[in-house]
Amino acid sequence: MANTEMLVKELADKYGRNRESLLPILQELIDERRYVNDETMINVARELDLSAAEVYGTASFYSFIETEEVGKYVIRLCKTIVCDMKGKENVLQAIENTLKIKVGQTTADKKFTLKTTNCLGWCHKGPAMLINDEVYTELTPGKAIDIIESYINK
Amino acid sequence: MTGKKQNDMETKKLTRVDYIFRPDNTCLDTLKKSLRRDRDEIILELIDSGLKGRGGAGFLTGLKWKLAKEAAGDVKYVICNADEGEPGTFKDREILDRVPRRVFTGMALCGYVIGSKEGFLYLRAEYKFLAPKLMSIMAEMNQEFKKLGLDFTLNIRYGSGAYVCGEETALIDSMEGRRGEPRNKPPFPVTEGYLNKPTVVNNVETFVNCTIIMGIGAEEYKRFGTDSSRGFKLFSVSGDCSKEGIYELELGMLLSDFVEEFGDGDTKAVQVGGASGFCVPRKKFNQTIIGFEGIPTGGSMKIFNSSRSMYHVLHNYLEFFEEESCGQCTPCRVGCQQLLKGIEAVKSKQRSSSYLDELVKLAKVMKVASKCGLGQSVGNAFVSIVDNFREEIIY
Repeated sequence: MANTEMLVKELADKYGRNRESLLPILQELIDERRYVNDETMINVARELDLSAAEVYGTASFYSFIETEEVGKYVIRLCKTIVCDMKGKENVLQAIENTLKIKVGQTTADKKFTLKTTNCLGWCHKGPAMLINDEVYTELTPGKAIDIIESYINK
Repeated sequence: MTGKKQNDMETKKLTRVDYIFRPDNTCLDTLKKSLRRDRDEIILELIDSGLKGRGGAGFLTGLKWKLAKEAAGDVKYVICNADEGEPGTFKDREILDRVPRRVFTGMALCGYVIGSKEGFLYLRAEYKFLAPKLMSIMAEMNQEFKKLGLDFTLNIRYGSGAYVCGEETALIDSMEGRRGEPRNKPPFPVTEGYLNKPTVVNNVETFVNCTIIMGIGAEEYKRFGTDSSRGFKLFSVSGDCSKEGIYELELGMLLSDFVEEFGDGDTKAVQVGGASGFCVPRKKFNQTIIGFEGIPTGGSMKIFNSSRSMYHVLHNYLEFFEEESCGQCTPCRVGCQQLLKGIEAVKSKQRSSSYLDELVKLAKVMKVASKCGLGQSVGNAFVSIVDNFREEIIY
């Protein structure tokens, strides 16, 4: 995709070509494309004069930098202890049933990917989840389904 | 305000205070006033205040600034650690949401004192929703600094979902575009930090406290807390709790007073300091001081009542650590996996209960042999839960 090459170039112009520009570039690629595939990482490596392995090694370290294809909306449900105590499991099942996928999977229409994540910092209002950068708290199975449905209709 | 003495230790009654969340529109006046002061005088006042880092590790903040000021080099950096990932902690989010100017003023003060021209807020990806507002306030503050003749610019950087990046050297690695793998210390960031330049890394709440101390003075600040734990602190309270939320309390209280105030009447245990902290059972509530003389905390207080299985709690923590270990050192990488597998094996009777003692030994080895605070503190939760709730882990 010549497209990707252009975008990577643009981002390198914007953030610079130093090693410390790598994460901001990868992060904006995630904002734009939701994930960075091998081709994109090779482009970044070329642009920043790094080895592709260095780029992959960095990208794959971070759980919010996806190196496999994900859906347009990435759902990250908090699974850490307090959200767990407050019924995260029921919320998870409700989302799985609504989207007909399991944790780690992406819907056939590539709209949603469902993941669990570690503490989101909303323990006093758990269970909590992120959909891309958006936060949803005090979830119940019903509330979670309503939220997911509002995204289905987007 | 001083309460009863316990084992000759000074304790304080549970007292709510209100400094951190006061409106932050007077912060610039504090900055203006401080910029007329001598740098060493500011450092001395901070040291005198007794302020220790609010991220949990508790290094004397004034001393950190002093070391960075004295470090050789023209280029220095100020970093605000907003990678708040400790399970059960959510106070930095609230600070950044409600009083960001108090944080940025603290960073500018630090820049002035150590001679740094650039400061970074390292914001965890999970809090990215705060970014638009923070960036606009940053831009506004940068203008104000210019007007005050202070050559200091604030910038923002983001994490990408890695708990270990809350460790200051991992955070620096991450800012340099690398895997967030903690470095050996020394050298400490105050001499070799971001881009190998002298760098102060402080927690969000620590910068806020610096601004407050510059405003009210060390004398007033020292009225709060105990000898080992000066001042007040935000507590993130969650779990089986009558009123979850964020509370600003004087340091040095007994856990029993805390539980009386926040528990649901059936509190079995409190996890103080998050997954990397300690589990305190009911029988020890009245001997446990919350502070550096007892159990320090970055603010995380998780309350469990008698309906909770401590096996389940420990299992959840170990899964957390196993995922978040950066993997570079063997004691932590393999240790986390083996502790998790180990308690599963004991629970399912594939291993006898005495195997728990082997696991406790392993946790203690991790404490001395792991490279950074993550691996070193896995044993805190592990040993304190196994010691106090052994039967729940076995049966």
